[in-house]
Amino acid sequence: MASVRATPAAVGALERLRERHGEIVLHQSGGCCAGSAAMCLRADELPPGPHDVELGKVGGVPFLIDADLHRRLGSPDFVLDLAAGREDTFSLEGADGVHFTSRVRPAKVPGSR
Amino acid sequence: MATIEKAQVFEAPGREGSPVEVKDRYENFIGGGWVPPAKGEYRENLSPVTGEPFSTVADSTPEDIELALDAAHAAKATWSKSSLEEREKVLLAMADAVEENLQMLAVAESYDNGKPVRETLAADIPLVADHLRYFAGAARAEEGRISEIDEKTVAYHFQEPLGVVGQIIPFNFPLLMAAWKIAPALAAGNCTVVKPASPTPWSILKLMEVLADVVPPGVINVVNGPGAEIGRALATNKRIAKIAFTGETVTGRLIMRYAADSIIPSTVELGGKSPNVFFADVMDADDDFLDKAVEGFVLYAFNKGEVCTCPSRALVDESIYDEFMERVLARIAAIRQGDPLDPSTMMGPQVSKSQIEKVEGYVEIGKEEGAKVLIGGHRTQGLADELSGGYYFEPTVLEGTNDMRVFQEEIFGPVVSVTKFADEAEALKIANDTLYGLGAGVWTRDGARAFRMGRGIEAGRVWTNCYHQYPAHAAFGGYKISGVGRENHRMMLDHYSQTKCLLVSYDEKAMGLF
Repeated sequence: MASVRATPAAVGALERLRERHGEIVLHQSGGCCAGSAAMCLRADELPPGPHDVELGKVGGVPFLIDADLHRRLGSPDFVLDLAAGREDTFSLEGADGVHFTSRVRPAKVPGSR
Repeated sequence: MATIEKAQVFEAPGREGSPVEVKDRYENFIGGGWVPPAKGEYRENLSPVTGEPFSTVADSTPEDIELALDAAHAAKATWSKSSLEEREKVLLAMADAVEENLQMLAVAESYDNGKPVRETLAADIPLVADHLRYFAGAARAEEGRISEIDEKTVAYHFQEPLGVVGQIIPFNFPLLMAAWKIAPALAAGNCTVVKPASPTPWSILKLMEVLADVVPPGVINVVNGPGAEIGRALATNKRIAKIAFTGETVTGRLIMRYAADSIIPSTVELGGKSPNVFFADVMDADDDFLDKAVEGFVLYAFNKGEVCTCPSRALVDESIYDEFMERVLARIAAIRQGDPLDPSTMMGPQVSKSQIEKVEGYVEIGKEEGAKVLIGGHRTQGLADELSGGYYFEPTVLEGTNDMRVFQEEIFGPVVSVTKFADEAEALKIANDTLYGLGAGVWTRDGARAFRMGRGIEAGRVWTNCYHQYPAHAAFGGYKISGVGRENHRMMLDHYSQTKCLLVSYDEKAMGLF
């Protein structure tokens, strides 16, 4: 089973966002300009849909991903981190001039067929 | 390209001799004029060319979206009732103004985004003008349909403007994507509030300087600021009648959810992982066509790979693989990278620090997964000193298999993942083995095969023996999770219109039910 972890910087940012916005949630995105990053939204903004899976919680915040996307990526482990600079998304941390990144470690090594 | 043969390097905006003036600060463009953000906040705008700030733009809050919507609704009363002739005149005047300022806008766009000025001079800005003219003509030539229900009953169908729409623009083609959205909205009689992308907030303001005198006040309004605040404030606003968005999938879902909450239409374009398929017969002769196919592979580096339709998965017939790739790699090695304001530069910097970090990260992921780096793979070294703070990455080729993450996720950088196939059936299977379906390329001298593949690939646009052409009058949009809706074609007018049906009875007699 894949897991998700967060760096102390990411956990700190999540705590600040929760103080400001209440319950929050992370959605792993894909595609286009600012894709392939975790987006932090208020929990009522985009509740888990029928195709989302929760990979775990980081700093008490659920980390969700579309099941198809998760499978396509090889069901990897995610590490949520924080980087400088505002990304061009609806993710809440942008207002602080930072953005979440989600690094992965492949759960398996494909390409061995 | 005739005008840039001399390879004159343009001075950076704001410097002496540059075609582009730069003010210290840029307000929002609302109601035909410049309006300071309600809270008076501005943020530095960096150029990816140097990594240095060169101006400041409004850092708006939801109050500014309300101001823009006030202006748009005030303009709506007149614009939505304007004759098609009047709308056509405005759109044509916009196109003329763009063309008269071609060089200035091309340099501004290049500096804000990092794309080479040879592209903005030859493609981005001329296409902006062309799209405006196309929709001016398309709207003028529209006609409603009349259905005769029976001898005494007729249905008249009128296309009516939606009213005021919200449009969220991506950073990769800040002016062209704005034109793709603004032109049909205006042509169909709507007023718009536009939210540019945060990394590229400025070139569209230079465009509005040019258009301020030709567009009626309030018909186009531009508000800059963070997506989470003002993008959301726009997309959730009850005073918009439609929302259009280009970006990634989670925001795409959000936009569609907001649209559901307000019960309004939305169109979303959400990226891709486009296959570019090269059959063995491309090497049947050493001729112009082969040369074109080799260039077609290298087009993954167009706009430094920051294109939703980037041909980021190359599929090459195994029987020609070594020979074809030798030519491709030689062509990639000849790419001139550097100052995008030098017209001989083919590839500029990534748009932002976070983008180049993402690209770098993906190359590492690819290597961890076992992909082989055939060329590139690092930040570009040996550039001029003044570019040392910019975000330059080498054009890169990763060799691997389609199940790798670098074949499945959009990297949005100058990185192509290449793999082999044995026959047409396998090529089609790999091409469709993706969540996305925006673009694709097919290269073959066999016309029947070209059609079979083109119809078989699940994507909205299949370039056949070409790639990365975006003419007006050719529909563009996604299959699968690449989005909903089409752009670039007169069918867009339907996305920006309501259908009014007048059902008219000529019969004097009652129906006889009561």
